[in-house]
Amino acid sequence: MFGIKIETKDLSVWYKDKQILKEIFLSIPEKQITAIMGPSGCGKTTLLKALNRLLDIHEGYKVSGEVLLDGNNVYDPKVNPMEIRARIGMVFQKPSPFPHLSIYDNVVVGLKLRGITDKKYLDDVVKEVLNKVGLWDEVKDRLESSAAKLSGGQQQRLCIARALALNPEVLLLDEPTSALDPISAAKIESLLLDLKKEYTIIIVTHNIQQAARISDYAAFLYMGQLIEFGKTQEIFTNPKNELTEKYVEGRM
Amino acid sequence: MSILTKVRKWFLRFDPLGSISAFSGVFLVVLIAVFIAALLYHSAPVFEKFGLNFITGGTWNPMKDIYGALPFIWGTFITSAIAIVLAVVLSYGAAYFIVEIAPLKLREFLSSIVELIVAIPSVIIGLWGMFYVVPFVRDTLKSILSPLSSIPLFGGTTSGYSYMAAIIVLTFMITPISTSFIKNAMESVPIELKEAAYALGATKYEVFRIVSRPLARRSALAGVVLAYGRAIGETMAVVMVIGNSPTISISLFNPGYTLAAVIANEFLEATTTLHVSALIALGAILLAWSLIVNILAAFVLRLVRAQ
Repeated sequence: MFGIKIETKDLSVWYKDKQILKEIFLSIPEKQITAIMGPSGCGKTTLLKALNRLLDIHEGYKVSGEVLLDGNNVYDPKVNPMEIRARIGMVFQKPSPFPHLSIYDNVVVGLKLRGITDKKYLDDVVKEVLNKVGLWDEVKDRLESSAAKLSGGQQQRLCIARALALNPEVLLLDEPTSALDPISAAKIESLLLDLKKEYTIIIVTHNIQQAARISDYAAFLYMGQLIEFGKTQEIFTNPKNELTEKYVEGRM
Repeated sequence: MSILTKVRKWFLRFDPLGSISAFSGVFLVVLIAVFIAALLYHSAPVFEKFGLNFITGGTWNPMKDIYGALPFIWGTFITSAIAIVLAVVLSYGAAYFIVEIAPLKLREFLSSIVELIVAIPSVIIGLWGMFYVVPFVRDTLKSILSPLSSIPLFGGTTSGYSYMAAIIVLTFMITPISTSFIKNAMESVPIELKEAAYALGATKYEVFRIVSRPLARRSALAGVVLAYGRAIGETMAVVMVIGNSPTISISLFNPGYTLAAVIANEFLEATTTLHVSALIALGAILLAWSLIVNILAAFVLRLVRAQ
């Protein structure tokens, strides 16, 4: 068994009067890939954004319960959400590099926000993380050109590099391949399998096959409730809940 | 092919909307050309008499038929320049507050207030200027800024009717214009990009600095140019507060005059050909001014895009 990196305790989220997440208890193992599956609108993305307190920036959300990162509640009033977000990297469904910044600046923007300006260090980080995401050879000659000129798959890998530049402990991915072609998607998937050696990865997906291919643990969410959580293999071969069974067999 | 088929084909190809818009386009170009030609034609006498001294001359005396435009050029320049700087600063502040800080309800309320101020007729703002801004400048602002009175810009005594009053009135008029543009541009920044910045640990202000402000820059510039155009061209509200004195003063507390204001004030009373011609020439200068600003803005926009 692995150590627990993130744990939610009795986590509920409301948007205005509507309860989106209902009393979620979830333990995310360290340096594993955990997939959060479920049909559209089941609260997957909300759950992800509750983990790094990204819900805070939107009006109308109310969160109760706890999210423990290494045992410390990120919703503790003494905790600075900016610090939490820097420790937990995030990649979104739609590739979202900053279109007005160069490839280089996209990678270092987070570091610059933290006051790091040492050119040599930044150069090293750029090379390291772009290598990690397999983008270095493709872009090393045009680091100063606009990130908007990259293809969708490259943009998404750049976004992963941007998150990794801050050396986060956890990487949250919100359907990172759903806007990409199959080849780019496959590249991202194999990249994630590499990255799990160093990072705890949580991926939201409504692609059941993807969850089966890359995740070690899987959670099934349905209408805001956590229906089942366990080893991916068991979830897929021997689901305990009827709903889970229907979902993984594609009958939902 | 029979005539009937030809006619039918012609009817099928006839595109009323396209024809109307083509006609309007040509009509607009002709209108502007005629307009500029008329301005130049009617301003010719004053340039024939004074040459370039008309632009550089500091004396404007219709009694003696001596015309120099510099007091108005100076007045227009100094009031619009300071007003636009103040407006840009205030607009960014206001837009940031409305978009990023205010809760939804307040945001909607403030947005409609901003749009509302844009729609206030300038004569109303002029009245407000006469009854509130002029006394404020005379009784309050002058004493607040008295520590600075050794600086020529803030020196002298004041009746309240002054460049300063005009600057305040203009700032009030143009800030909502640029605010509205900047606000709309900031609102149209994709939420995904802002979320991405937040997810990197950025604070609200940092999100503004690295995402919203650069992405809103183009529209913001367009709004600022529009606001500046309003500032140099504004007539009524300025006439009512600037003191209407064709002099050149460094101190903002002294009365002055602007191009638009003097045209409006003197045109109906202009009797000599030369006086009329001089006023029209002022109009030509104002037009050239705003055209140059617009061309420069287009140029800057292209530069921004090229980056």
